Amino acid sequence: MDLNLKATELRLGLPGSDEPADQLQSSSSHVKNNKRSCSEIDGSCQKQESGAPAQKAQVVGWPPVRSYRKNVMEQQKKPESDGSGFVKVSMDGAPYLRKIDLKLYKNYFDLLKALENMFKCTIGVYSEREGYNGSEYAPTYEDKDGDWMLVGDVPWDMFITSCKRLRIMKGSEAKGLGCL
Amino acid sequence: MDPEPKKPEDSPSNSANSHAPVQPPSPFPDEVLEKVLSFIDSHKDRSSVSLVRKDWYNAERWTRSKLFIGNCYSVSPEIVARRFPRIKSITLKGKPRFSDFNMLPRDWGANVHSWLVMFAKVYPFLEELRLKRMTVTDESLELLAKSFSGFKALSLSSCDGFTDIGLKAIASHCRNLTELDIQDSVTEDVGGGWLSCFPENFASLEVLNFASLNSEVSFDDLERLVSRCKSLRVLKVNESITLDQLQRLLVHAPQLLELGTGSFLQELTPRQYEDIESAFSNCKNLQILSGLWEANSLYLPVLYGACAGLTFLNLSDAPLQSGEFAKLLAHCPNLRRLWVVDTVEDKGLEAVGSCCPLLEELRVFPADPYDRHHRDGVTELGFLAVSRGCRNLHYVLYFCRRMTNAAVVTIVQNCPDFTHFRLCIMTPGQPDYLTNDPMDEAFAAVVKTCTKLKRLSVSGLLTDLTFEFIGKYAKNLETLSVAFAGNSDWGMQCVLEGCPKLRKLEIRDSPFGNAALLSGLKKYEMMRSLWMSDCNVTMKGCRLLAREMPRLNVEVIMDEESDESQADKVYVYRSVAGPRRDAPPFVLTL
Repeated sequence: MDLNLKATELRLGLPGSDEPADQLQSSSSHVKNNKRSCSEIDGSCQKQESGAPAQKAQVVGWPPVRSYRKNVMEQQKKPESDGSGFVKVSMDGAPYLRKIDLKLYKNYFDLLKALENMFKCTIGVYSEREGYNGSEYAPTYEDKDGDWMLVGDVPWDMFITSCKRLRIMKGSEAKGLGCL
Repeated sequence: MDPEPKKPEDSPSNSANSHAPVQPPSPFPDEVLEKVLSFIDSHKDRSSVSLVRKDWYNAERWTRSKLFIGNCYSVSPEIVARRFPRIKSITLKGKPRFSDFNMLPRDWGANVHSWLVMFAKVYPFLEELRLKRMTVTDESLELLAKSFSGFKALSLSSCDGFTDIGLKAIASHCRNLTELDIQDSVTEDVGGGWLSCFPENFASLEVLNFASLNSEVSFDDLERLVSRCKSLRVLKVNESITLDQLQRLLVHAPQLLELGTGSFLQELTPRQYEDIESAFSNCKNLQILSGLWEANSLYLPVLYGACAGLTFLNLSDAPLQSGEFAKLLAHCPNLRRLWVVDTVEDKGLEAVGSCCPLLEELRVFPADPYDRHHRDGVTELGFLAVSRGCRNLHYVLYFCRRMTNAAVVTIVQNCPDFTHFRLCIMTPGQPDYLTNDPMDEAFAAVVKTCTKLKRLSVSGLLTDLTFEFIGKYAKNLETLSVAFAGNSDWGMQCVLEGCPKLRKLEIRDSPFGNAALLSGLKKYEMMRSLWMSDCNVTMKGCRLLAREMPRLNVEVIMDEESDESQADKVYVYRSVAGPRRDAPPFVLTL
């Protein structure tokens, strides 16, 4: 009985890749794969030389997942907006960021008071017309669409679901935000 | 054992009585025999019954009301019509499974139309039609809608070819419809207008599944439909339905057994949050849950009230992180079946092991099959953790990037009752990542330990040894899938000579050639089909097979780029209908 010891040798590469060269030329499925392997979307496919590890080769129909499952990764939410309520807070001039859980606060008043405490600053009072004009600092946030907004413009409930991160800007720079 | 009504008409003469010139009279009058046989449901049992003697064959064919055809090309509509006069329910399957992964060219076949034309003529009382991997055009759906006044249930699984025009016909004309179930639709262009075509007084729906159709439907019409159909037990909507819309649907249908949600991402006000939470808590009968597109930890908790009775949780469209996943699982102690995306990672699978002691089936799908984002996914550790906690596990589909022989050996020791073991190590030909050995030992353990194994998919670096073990030990194996494995013809020969119950064999990119192909000559007639692509089979070998075995269809799918002597894609199956009459030019029947 053929023990096929060669098969148990340690090696890299696809099975069959140590077959005689002429067989590879005329009938190797691996050679043929090269023609098809680039039909997958991105250009990162690599030619498979015999014996080379086939780590990144993209082959038609492999792995065997149905088409609609292929894009699941793109749906993945970015870590900051994982919905846990925790958002990063930065303050201009401060050496490091903090993180707070928005779900702990009931309204803007509580949030602003907490921020003032945390960063030992004065944020002042929000007004629809003037924003935080007159304060040393103005709280701003990045929303789901990636836009930077002034804290206080939208209802609290809407704010906590759309806020991705907070930035406490120096009052002088914040003049651009808020109502004109 | 032969499950399909594709034996030639003269098959009863192969029965034990074939040597007697005349069969002795039956001890029962026909009516009694027919009455008794009418209780037999399983098509496999009915097939056995039909082989006993000629009068049993006749009684069986007159009393059969459910037809199962596993390969639409194994028999023809005419043969079926001649044999079975009274059919009410039909299941028909078409393309080979690898068509799910785009390995079959378009327009390969499996068009249901010629079948429907026959059904319309011969089975006017048809009530149910279940199709899998078939092409179904609008014209066919229109024919269906207009031909069967009592039509009740339509199920289309992995089908293509139709648009909303066909579905509109179904909705408008099938007055007694109880089931419209569209799973894994391959068709792109289905609009949403069909849902609005159910008549205002139509209220008989029990099953509605349009989760895999992309277009928006009219929510108002859907809401009215759901509120009218008091017997609705399965509702699976598509991603266009929002959370607050779902809440309104649930209020109308708290009796649901099976729910597929729409999108689970929406900015909810606290009031809306409470409302949907309470709607879920009122669904006391929920057993199966799916959908949950874009679900995250913020809104998953609204589900908790409905999870106590859940037996099947399908999260394959919701890539969750381990933390939120574990929290959800803590509310689902009765799970038997669980489908997840590998974003839950090993940590999430540990939670499965601790929370779901009754688990019988686990499927882990890759979020990133082409490794573009270099995420870890799951490893052998996650699988091990599940096997330790879930001793009743018998079905697994596991996509991973690394595995070890030792882990698999332990896993099957923990769970020896596997009936379905589908392991997909995503890099082709990858060895045991700790020892660099082939994965032969792993699959040897699987087939030796799991004596009830019916379905096996192998992967990783595998030598002929794996196939020797499969042939030697896998005595109950019915379906085997092989990719990038084996060394020589010997491997495939072992399987063909060894597995007595083998019905479906699908092989790709493996060095099996003509000798291997031809070693299965006698076997293929006892199997449903063989698929071999990108192996070492040549046209010569295929022609030889075709010549020796006239009752097999040996089809080669030609590729524009391929060399004419190579048989790139070979599909072999038994048939009493002869060669296909509808084969496209790139399918060569030898």
